[in-house]
Amino acid sequence: MAKELTPQEMLRIDLTPPNRDWMDIPTVIKPGIYCYPAKPEKVEVLGMPNPHVWSPLDDDWGLPDDWKETFLEGMRERLNKHRSFKIFMDICVRCGACADKCHFFLGSGDPKNMPVARAELIRSVYRGEFTKAGQILGRLAGGRKLTEDVLKEIWYYMFQCTECRRCSLFCPYGIDTAEVTIIGRELINLFGLNINWIQEPVANCYETGNHLGLLPHTFKQNVEFMCMDIEEFVGITIEPPFNRKGAEILFVTPSGDVFAEPGIYTLMGYLLLFEHIGLDYTWSTYASEGGNFGFFTALDVAQRLNAKIYAEAKRLGVKWILGGECGHMWRVVHQYMNTFNGPPDFLEEPVNPLTGTKFENAKSAKMVHISEFTADLIKHGKLKLNPRRNDHLKVTYHDSCNPSRGMGMFEEPRYVIKNVCKNFYEMPENTIREQTFCCGSGAGLNAGENMELRLRGGLPRANAVKYVHERFGVNMLSCVCAIDRAVLPASMEYWVPEVNVCGVSELVGNALIMEGEHDRPTDLRGEEIPGIAKAEGEEEVKEDV
Amino acid sequence: MAARILFPLAVVLAIVAVALIGGSISFLQPLFSVALLYVAFAIFFFGFMAKVINWAKSPVPFRIPTTAGQEFSLPWIKWSKIDNPSTTGGVLLRMFFEVCLFRSLFRNMRTDLRSGWLIHSPTKWLWLLALGFHYSFLIIALRHLRLFVQPIPGFVETLDAVDGMFQIGIPPIYLTDIIILLAVSGLLIRRLCLPKVRFISLAADYFPLFLILGIVISGLLMRFVFRVDITAVKALANGIVSLHPVVPKGIGAIFFVHIALVSTLIAYFPFSKLMHMGGVFMSPTRNLANTNRMAYHENPWRKPPKFHSYEEYEDMYRDYMKEAGLPLERE
Repeated sequence: MAKELTPQEMLRIDLTPPNRDWMDIPTVIKPGIYCYPAKPEKVEVLGMPNPHVWSPLDDDWGLPDDWKETFLEGMRERLNKHRSFKIFMDICVRCGACADKCHFFLGSGDPKNMPVARAELIRSVYRGEFTKAGQILGRLAGGRKLTEDVLKEIWYYMFQCTECRRCSLFCPYGIDTAEVTIIGRELINLFGLNINWIQEPVANCYETGNHLGLLPHTFKQNVEFMCMDIEEFVGITIEPPFNRKGAEILFVTPSGDVFAEPGIYTLMGYLLLFEHIGLDYTWSTYASEGGNFGFFTALDVAQRLNAKIYAEAKRLGVKWILGGECGHMWRVVHQYMNTFNGPPDFLEEPVNPLTGTKFENAKSAKMVHISEFTADLIKHGKLKLNPRRNDHLKVTYHDSCNPSRGMGMFEEPRYVIKNVCKNFYEMPENTIREQTFCCGSGAGLNAGENMELRLRGGLPRANAVKYVHERFGVNMLSCVCAIDRAVLPASMEYWVPEVNVCGVSELVGNALIMEGEHDRPTDLRGEEIPGIAKAEGEEEVKEDV
Repeated sequence: MAARILFPLAVVLAIVAVALIGGSISFLQPLFSVALLYVAFAIFFFGFMAKVINWAKSPVPFRIPTTAGQEFSLPWIKWSKIDNPSTTGGVLLRMFFEVCLFRSLFRNMRTDLRSGWLIHSPTKWLWLLALGFHYSFLIIALRHLRLFVQPIPGFVETLDAVDGMFQIGIPPIYLTDIIILLAVSGLLIRRLCLPKVRFISLAADYFPLFLILGIVISGLLMRFVFRVDITAVKALANGIVSLHPVVPKGIGAIFFVHIALVSTLIAYFPFSKLMHMGGVFMSPTRNLANTNRMAYHENPWRKPPKFHSYEEYEDMYRDYMKEAGLPLERE
């Protein structure tokens, strides 16, 4: 198990696959790598198929008698529904360009984690069951029949992919393993074989409105706790509005920010920012989840969870929606939401009420990213900032996979960071922007029982952080993703213990000069900022670089 | 492991053997040239069309470009118009670089683990071999038009002249002949020797390489070793194009080997990974503009979602909400 392996032991990775036919290498499901199965009651909440008790370590997974027909029929249906899936099954030339691009392969050396190999697990079934050559020639045509062992292998590896799309960037045909994984997981879900770390948040989100299952009053309370901290560390009183009809903007962020460190500091950053500019906005306890674990289950489940955001925007009569920092949330918001549940004709094209900037890139979906919003505010000099309050931090920025390769948001957060703190260092270029590495725990794999997998998958990112830590003394890894904030602390603790993790909005919150604030010798975490006490007197207003 | 390499090699060698025998029996020659080519081209044409139509029948329900650069955003932020296109022009350029220059492959790099550090370094070998192979194949195919089209088109003459400009040997060897030989050998050696690539390689990956290598070698042999009667070949080619095929006497058996391998390749094409030629144009992660939040993209099979409505939510938690002072629709 992971906890027992030292980083030195974990680093004994052999990236050279064995000289054997991969179909001859049996898959053994290992503790530390797999996640616990979905509890039946959590499958039932959404009326999903075949809720049952089972274990990945058992021989019998409680599959229905006709599981094979169901799987193949499901595959046929999805081939007919998704051109991506159909083409990606047909045209891979196995050139190997993607092979060493995957964080799970680089961290584990498991050759079936080369993206091409992981996709071949399903492609081989496609060839063996759907193409004439595969039906007749079998393995010589790269085909194999669907058996229980094959299904188990697919299950195991579909939960060793975080849908980060790094491989897709390097593929000469744009074959996107995320598409294959998304559909692979949909097929797995036909038999109630999800993992509980995904299924439970999905069930929670469906009923209570957020992954963590925070009831309306708890959600409100948690945000108010943050306001108390703000009162202590900043000295101002904030009373955030909830479920308020007639607000101009609905704000939606992942519930992780409401619940746990270090996400809560990011949330304090949001609260301070909105207070600073006097934004006419509201939180919602009903649409209290920006993230969408449904996306890691099946696309129709993602659609069902996502539907609440537009529905709530309509009920409250807001003009547009502002979204907090979250990775897969933004993949869904940017690439799926409008198609899922739009077009939201009852909303207005988003305009920044302070600067008058029209967010042209969001004019149909009507949802703007907090970093886009903040960058625009800073550019127009609407924020009073004291970047010295981040002087104790040497910051680097982790591009989260989804806003990178499923959206392309690179400059906005960097612009914000450079304006709110002085010490900013980039990680090596092959590990940032569109080439960024996953945190290692995305796509619903941020459980505790698969810690070895997470630490292995987190290695490439941590390795780059270690580089800037040793070279420049970087001690803060900033990001715009709630999963990152939830999982990178563990990865850092293991690989680069001296580095902490924060959201970009936390840095903004530190730097914001609030009207009526008292002396602020500490940052939002309540940690003392060395040298700030006397510097406070000569406050400096920085508006633009 | 060996089967996936030896089986396709055996198939190619068998084709060579059968063609050698068939080509040296004169009454079988029409079968091994004319009939084979007609059948192969028909399979290629209809097979290719069928495949593309089959792909096109599946819709693109979601707009899922892989964004490889800065999005179109605030006006003062420099936008990556080609790597993250939001306009049709941008998409066309992205596709041009992808299809003609293998842009994504050019990004390739290798990652090695050395004393605890993951080292990422650019590597262009695969890109170079792929580019060399595809372009020399294209030019060689175009050069072959001189056999089929009368008068010979000007651009074919030009290609011929440029390609043979080094005037090495008699007859002069073409540059593309050397490049394709090196590139295909390189791609094959790569597959055989690099452990990662060898691990994922299937018979279907070796087969086209052996076939193409066979085609190149038989072509070179025809030109330099077992010289075939070029006038006779031309007469045959003209006959094939004008649909009045006659097989002149005296064409060497090696010619029939060449034709048999070429026919196999084009007939095999629509059923194989070689269809990446068509698929690259239709890949949704590359050929869609990133206009996701700017424009509505319709999913033809969309169903309205069944979700937990606000009314149900309020009914479920009314007391809590009331106590917490949250506004309610119904008291």
